Amino acid sequence: MIEIRDVHKWFGKLHVLKGISLDVHKGEVLSVIGASGSGKSTLLYCINRLEPIQSGSVRVDGVDVYDRKTNVNHLRRNLGMVFQQWNSFPHLTAVQNVMLAPRRVLKKSRSEAREIAVRQLEHVGLGDKLNNYPSALSGGQQQRLAIARALAMEPSYMLFDEATSSLDPELVGEVLDTMRLLAEEGMTMICVTHEMGFARDVSDKVAFFHEGTIEELSPPQEIFNNPQSEHTRKFLANVR
Amino acid sequence: MSATAPTATFFSSFSSKDLLFLGEAALNTLQISAISIGLGTLAGLIFGWLLYEGKLWATLTLAPILDIFRSVPLIIQLVLFFNFAPIIGLRLDPFQSGIIVLTIYTAALVAHVVRGGLESVGEPLHRAARSLGMTYWQDTFFVVPPIALRAVFPSWVGVALGVMKDSALVSVLGYVELLKASQILITRTQEPFIILLCAGAFYFALSFPVARYAAYLERKWAV
Repeated sequence: MIEIRDVHKWFGKLHVLKGISLDVHKGEVLSVIGASGSGKSTLLYCINRLEPIQSGSVRVDGVDVYDRKTNVNHLRRNLGMVFQQWNSFPHLTAVQNVMLAPRRVLKKSRSEAREIAVRQLEHVGLGDKLNNYPSALSGGQQQRLAIARALAMEPSYMLFDEATSSLDPELVGEVLDTMRLLAEEGMTMICVTHEMGFARDVSDKVAFFHEGTIEELSPPQEIFNNPQSEHTRKFLANVR
Repeated sequence: MSATAPTATFFSSFSSKDLLFLGEAALNTLQISAISIGLGTLAGLIFGWLLYEGKLWATLTLAPILDIFRSVPLIIQLVLFFNFAPIIGLRLDPFQSGIIVLTIYTAALVAHVVRGGLESVGEPLHRAARSLGMTYWQDTFFVVPPIALRAVFPSWVGVALGVMKDSALVSVLGYVELLKASQILITRTQEPFIILLCAGAFYFALSFPVARYAAYLERKWAV
């Protein structure tokens, strides 16, 4: 379970997160929607401590993320992350990309790591691209590679930071399908997304971010069919 | 390394034995260059990483020192160091002095190449690595080097070949490498044209394989 309590974050003088509180239970899929710059992605970075926060707390399975005694590298193994820019390692083939962290972080043997990598690449539908370099993969394939790379650490949670925003429109579907597959398998997911269809169909809860606060947090049918706040209504009207 | 210069009173012409003498000198050039480039690159890696990571204090301390070695002509550094080393109690022969000065000079140049390489990796890739649970050092050793190397390898090869040619300046200390050997032969034979041509050919023979091999590696890495 991820528990976020009254998190405040500033970038210099800019107050990006203004007291965010949020729970994500095991097996839940939370979609986070809202305008660019509303703090959605920043919140993800605060869950695995890629960004410092100024006050509040984040707990993952009861472990205080911002406690100095917490081993952050240990913590991050359990929180897979997929970025808007897929960030594959350009000098490694697909299978090597996925093998790297199991090898170096989990100290698996080469053959064990390879086995994991092949399984995860097949999982995301890249079983026939094992030996391709990222430069020989499409954006959608690179993003699925990034998902396989994160899954290879066998995380309990997956954080998606606008995973489809940098993709050509015709490549969005394959990545969303992969995310949908993970959701069906019971993965706990937080998805910052601009894909309203995905948010509506796949999520258990949708959070609408507005200027650093959670304006509305409800099941998708409520937020999409009967938005309570004026800002949510405006935002949804604009993206439709 | 005691190459005895001919002491004949009369000029004698360039012979095949002289070519052998030049060949030995070329090996000296290769030796002094290889050692300096090797040690200088190792030091440059550390300095470059300090420049990249150290931010303020490195900018204030290390960077100006490296700038001095990058900016002062190598020949002045060599002469100054060779003549001042004994004053602080260092008894160094021309070869050792040459190695030390060339190493520092190489390190100063390589440091900035390395810094550029590290900067080329970019924050998003670091975040990707760290988000997988890699430590700073795992990121630094397993993710960064291959990417940075590909970005700045051509620059490094340029530095290495440059230092190899600049090693000719160690001749001013009396070390018999290619240029010094040529000067000795020219004094004896009075045939500068053919001798300098041979010396140039030796420099080319040393540089060309390196340049070709570097080009091959670049092609191999271009995936």
